[in-house]
Amino acid sequence: MNNATASGAMLRAATPYGFLLPALLVTALVILFPVLQTAWYSLHEYVLYDPGNFRFIGLRNFATAFSDEVFWIALLNSAIWVSGIVLLQLLLGLGAALLLNQSFWWRGMARALVIIPWALPSVIIGLMWTWIYDFNLGVLNDILLRIGLISAPHPWLAQPSTALACIMLALVWQGFPFFTVTILAGLQTVPHELYEAAEIDGASPWRQFLHVTLPSIAGIVATAVLLRIIWVANSLDVILVMTGGGPGYATHTLPLYAFLRAYTGMEFGYAASLSLMLTAILLGIVWLYVRRQAGELER
Amino acid sequence: MIRRRSFVRGLVQVEIPVLLVLAFALAPFVWMLLTSIKPDADLSRFPVRYLPSSTTFEHYRTLIQRTSFPVNLLNSLVIACGAVLLGLATSVPAAYSFSRFRFAGRRTLMTGFLVINMFPIVLLIIPLFVLMRALGLIDTFLGVIIGHSTFSIPFSIWMLVSYFNAIPKDLDEAATIDGASRLQTIRLVVLPLVMPGIVTTAIYIFITSWNEYLFAMMLSGETVRPVTVALQLFIGEFTVQWGILTAGGTIIALPVTILFLFVQKRLVGGLTAGAVKS
Repeated sequence: MNNATASGAMLRAATPYGFLLPALLVTALVILFPVLQTAWYSLHEYVLYDPGNFRFIGLRNFATAFSDEVFWIALLNSAIWVSGIVLLQLLLGLGAALLLNQSFWWRGMARALVIIPWALPSVIIGLMWTWIYDFNLGVLNDILLRIGLISAPHPWLAQPSTALACIMLALVWQGFPFFTVTILAGLQTVPHELYEAAEIDGASPWRQFLHVTLPSIAGIVATAVLLRIIWVANSLDVILVMTGGGPGYATHTLPLYAFLRAYTGMEFGYAASLSLMLTAILLGIVWLYVRRQAGELER
Repeated sequence: MIRRRSFVRGLVQVEIPVLLVLAFALAPFVWMLLTSIKPDADLSRFPVRYLPSSTTFEHYRTLIQRTSFPVNLLNSLVIACGAVLLGLATSVPAAYSFSRFRFAGRRTLMTGFLVINMFPIVLLIIPLFVLMRALGLIDTFLGVIIGHSTFSIPFSIWMLVSYFNAIPKDLDEAATIDGASRLQTIRLVVLPLVMPGIVTTAIYIFITSWNEYLFAMMLSGETVRPVTVALQLFIGEFTVQWGILTAGGTIIALPVTILFLFVQKRLVGGLTAGAVKS
């Protein structure tokens, strides 16, 4: 082999990496480097306004978390938050998808409109729902008073017993369209012959749903659920806008607690260890999701 | 379904339930719109007055004339456009590479881009703040735009790879046989075909950047403050002035809603492609 062809081959081998370089550089700067730094901070006592005080303390931040009462409250709230929201989003999304899979003349419009909540910014969602839940002038109190379900206005977001559930409802509202569109796409891939065969065998609509529809969309639903768990577990902006974590610690979830310790407490070391623990908890779900998506890689 | 339903059964079993779902999906939005055009006298009444006694654009006028809102809108526009440019400039070549080449580390890198898309924001936001402060990029457009690339690059790459994969490789090969260089093939064959996918991705980056709150809040100050952060500050400032707040919410939400409806069919296809195929 002479020199020219050898360097040509090397150039050709380097081409794919060349195309990737800009994305890799930016990603290294804004994701890889920060993640490593978070890991580094988590081993230190690091308070932002006190730059002289960057002390290596080993795993003591993590130990602190385990004896931190708020950490456990936030963890429990996170578990309620994720399971409640994802389950309700799935049920509502599945129901809406089955309905929108039927034929009626304004189906196209209905399919387009149902996605709208999903396109809205979290700040607007927080704003809309705070206004709906308002103690003095809110429409929810008004409706419930009119139909006689409550006898006096209820301070929905100011009461620890209802605050978390109220914010969860806002999130359910925002996210169920994601399930609807995903499941709808799946329903359209179910072969018609399967329903015809079931019909001939005399299967009721419920049995058709159980034995034809459900098995056909199970894979899509599983993928969507994994994706949703991750997003919902990480999301904190709507809570931040609606209650800021209060009243008390009633609406503290793990990511929100980490954020607040960093943002208002400026305790970057402790906040870093909290967000690392959140990541570690989610890693299993991410792994399952990535395995499901692995088929995409081989194409 | 094969059985043809009677008109009444269809109405009861399908159309009325669909109407209920849509009512749930749209009611908060409609309520925000209605609130924004009601005079203050209507807004301070309880029991609630549902339909406005007269419509007014007073809240919109106050918002635009007396607050920083117009500047914030412009800031949001600059940031979102910047995020689109940075996102596409990096992810289009990357997606092309993942789609057209088979090379060592391809699987690992693609998986990597999938995984980092799922990192909690709190994991990134603390060190990014420290980094931007060290670089002097706090409260600059560039700082916020770079912050937004943390989520725009990974998902753009995955969306674009599926669009690139949809274009048969035979077309590239035919162009090569005709004597086109790789860059010519990309410019004359691949890019024109993948353009609808690029436009969809661009709109998606625009919407997510326009909607984004946390990075913008951490990385912006008064100079480049986008609308989402400004509105949140108004909530503190104008506690009881729901007219102004909902007017702001409407102005922020309308453009993205329209954009979204415009591209939703293709967008949904691109976003759910992965979920459907597996």
